[in-house]
Amino acid sequence: MRVDPSAGLTPMLEVKEISVRFGAVQALEHVSLTIHRGEVVAIIGPNGAGKTTLLNVISGFYHPTEGRILFEGRDRTHLRPYDVAALGVARTFQNVALFKGMSVLDNIMTGRLLKMHGNVLLDALYWGPAKKQELEHRAFVERIIDFLEIEAIRKSPAGRLPYGLQKRVELARALAAEPKLLLLDEPMAGMNVEEKEDMCRFILGVNDEFGTTIALIEHDMSVVMDISDRVVALDYGRKIADGRPDQVRADQGVIDAYLGVAHA
Amino acid sequence: MIYREAGQFKSTYAADQAVFPIRQDRIIAGLGLVAAVVALPLAANEYWLQAVLIPFLIYALAALGLNLLTGYAGQVSLGTGGFMAVGAYSAFKLSSAFPELSIIVVFLLAGLVTALVGLVFGIPSLRIKGFYLAVATLAAQFFLVWLFNKVAWFTDYASSGTITAPPRTVLGVMVTGPEATAPVRYLTALAMVALFAVIAKNLVRGRVGRSWMAIRDRDIAAEIIGVRPLRTKLLAFAVSSFFIGVAGAEYVFLYLGSAETLAFDINVSFLVLFMVIIGGLGSILGSFLGAAFIVMVPIFLTNVPHLLGMAMPVALQKQIELMVFGGLIILFLILEPHGLARLWQIGKEKLRLWPFPY
Amino acid sequence: MLDLLYAVMVGPVKDMLGAPSFLAEVVIGGLAAGLMYSLVALGFVLIYKASGVFNFAQGVMVLFAALTLVGLMERGAPLVPALALTMLVMGALAFAIERVVLRPLVNQEQIILFMATIGLNFFLEGFGELVWGSNVKKLDVGIPDSSFMVWGIQINRLEMTAALTAAVLVAVMAVFFQRTRIGRALRAVADDHEAALSIGIPLNTIWIVVWSVAGLVAIVAGIMWGAKSGVQFSLSLIALKALPVLILGGFTSVPGAIVGGLIIGVGEKLAEVYWGPLVGGAIENWFAYVLALAFLLVRPQGLFGEKIIERV
Repeated sequence: MRVDPSAGLTPMLEVKEISVRFGAVQALEHVSLTIHRGEVVAIIGPNGAGKTTLLNVISGFYHPTEGRILFEGRDRTHLRPYDVAALGVARTFQNVALFKGMSVLDNIMTGRLLKMHGNVLLDALYWGPAKKQELEHRAFVERIIDFLEIEAIRKSPAGRLPYGLQKRVELARALAAEPKLLLLDEPMAGMNVEEKEDMCRFILGVNDEFGTTIALIEHDMSVVMDISDRVVALDYGRKIADGRPDQVRADQGVIDAYLGVAHA
Repeated sequence: MIYREAGQFKSTYAADQAVFPIRQDRIIAGLGLVAAVVALPLAANEYWLQAVLIPFLIYALAALGLNLLTGYAGQVSLGTGGFMAVGAYSAFKLSSAFPELSIIVVFLLAGLVTALVGLVFGIPSLRIKGFYLAVATLAAQFFLVWLFNKVAWFTDYASSGTITAPPRTVLGVMVTGPEATAPVRYLTALAMVALFAVIAKNLVRGRVGRSWMAIRDRDIAAEIIGVRPLRTKLLAFAVSSFFIGVAGAEYVFLYLGSAETLAFDINVSFLVLFMVIIGGLGSILGSFLGAAFIVMVPIFLTNVPHLLGMAMPVALQKQIELMVFGGLIILFLILEPHGLARLWQIGKEKLRLWPFPY
Repeated sequence: MLDLLYAVMVGPVKDMLGAPSFLAEVVIGGLAAGLMYSLVALGFVLIYKASGVFNFAQGVMVLFAALTLVGLMERGAPLVPALALTMLVMGALAFAIERVVLRPLVNQEQIILFMATIGLNFFLEGFGELVWGSNVKKLDVGIPDSSFMVWGIQINRLEMTAALTAAVLVAVMAVFFQRTRIGRALRAVADDHEAALSIGIPLNTIWIVVWSVAGLVAIVAGIMWGAKSGVQFSLSLIALKALPVLILGGFTSVPGAIVGGLIIGVGEKLAEVYWGPLVGGAIENWFAYVLALAFLLVRPQGLFGEKIIERV
């Protein structure tokens, strides 16, 4: 939970008045938030509030109908997803998006793709620089595998793993890209208490050791209280709270949203 | 128990990522190679070489190419026949325009031309996915075949409308043309397909293969990770077309001797696709297994009735062939979508335990 | 260069306008051919709407239907009982297909199902030849293949009948899908097999119904094609031609299949007659596909299809 003391510097991510619309549905409306380097920010809200849409906009998968996104101070609103990834943004998905046809090791290695510079001809010979590079990346990925304690399953086909392990592999794949900003969409969904504790440990470890800025969507309030520096709450596509965990928990608007009290 | 890998520990990542990490596999592969290069040409008779082994090697190359595109990168193509035609006709034009050029170089250049054509037809693949892409490739298939039919320049204005492989030598030995012997042609085809198999394996186990498989499995997530879809797909089209183009050139130069566009029609596209499906999508070994299987079925159907003393009329054989192909496609898709290659893997796993049941 | 432009752009148009009654005949011929494509495409649309499967074997089913009908009639059966028997056969075929091919592959990806139907296509081709023999057969349904003149334009009786039949069939289909309970169930199934199962829609029954209806359409198409050009194996290649029709019209649209078929039919004929001579003819072989390709680039969902929104 280390917030960068030089917080006067440009924030990692600024979302300014983002609106996203799908046909008649207003998924996000004038949402703004700022994430500072090294923070762990939790995004909460009832189902359908627009949390995943927010992550998708930041990833470049949807383009907002209004508003701007600034990454490290520069406007990045209309980039393609692979360009956003090249900037140092990695993410996991709500419905685990592993590459089912590949092994765990290969899945995590795909996370390294942006760091791999290749020449197809040399690749075809698997010789010299190509081989050397491949082995270097393998070594790096093995360190991540150690960190997340998934050595035993590294050759298993990703599609056959239990759900909890799949989520961990997805995290490994995101980490393999050495991201500056890590977006996690419900990383603990469907896990039991032990698995959640492990996951919390890993997420905090990533933030502590590598200083990675983290934004995560999460439903479990105890997890949110434990690991986040700041909490942002969304409801019906609008931001309804933004502050320290204990502040947001006590906010009446947030309580109403979760209890389903009707409001205009 | 012979097949156990107990005791074989790998202490480097390089060893772990080798093509044949298990010692027994290396021995088998080595023996296989020796047999293929030395024993077969000596032992096999003309019929087997000409009717079975040479076409098997050539189809295996084409299946390898298609597998890269469809099995690894997930882009379905029904245009294989058309691309083989591009390879064949470019090889023909190149060798007639530059007779001093080594035929191997001609093959490779023909592959390059096909790769370029493949690139062009691959451009729509960014916007079109899955089965719509299959239809787009049909456009390529029909258009290309029509083109070679209509434009006489491609056949050097031959009145018969066919292209014929000119006699060419490599290192003093006649490789193409009526004088070239079957063993020589067989070894040439073997060398080519072995080389291309090595290239394919190297590509798929590294960066390129992973980006292809990422696009195949979940293209949206792949894009969010940083894979550039258009580039990746175009590379797949180019490499695949290269392989298929060379196979097409070999088809005429090393196997048929002479051909017209009928040899490259839509049925060829289906045939190679069947090889890939039955052999195993996304498997190098599978391309070979599938090609072997498809080549063997008609041979089997021709010869077995004779052995059993029954006569099978040609028409009936064709019909049974169609039914067997069709039936097997369905069977494989239901039972083992990963094809013969997966059955092979399962066999190896059972072999590990043999003679114990589990 | 200017000559080339003139030959491609201006020349054919002049030819067209110079002989308007001939143009009308070409167009009508194109419409009639197009209608035949539409009939086959209809079968595809039905099966696609209901089972989400693109049935590559539709062409072969058309062939099979025609073969069965002809085979029965050759053995002395009169038209009406032969028709009835053919329907039974097609129904049995539909049942068999559902059991053997579709059920085991439930909820696999589209492309796997498509490849399975290619396999089915080959199987039925071989089987059909095995049962009925491979020579061309003449199909006589009592409609003369003669023409009559209207306003100086020649119109063929058989083609007209085909057109009218197709029109009636289409109208019936449209009503069936939009207004009836079964139609709604079919649309649900097309959307998501498993979801439909979970709310109690009897998947198997639906599929049998749909494939039988598709079989019926196949019979009609088979009769029309067969009466016109004899029952032969090139009929199964129609399946391939129907693909561009579907792309133009949208896979899930009944009016789309009609409009798409007409456009392709007319387009092909015009291209062949007026531009064909410039390049040595046989443009018909690829024109439809290239047109479809162009469409895919510009409007992938076709004229009437539904736009696809991707979710992550």
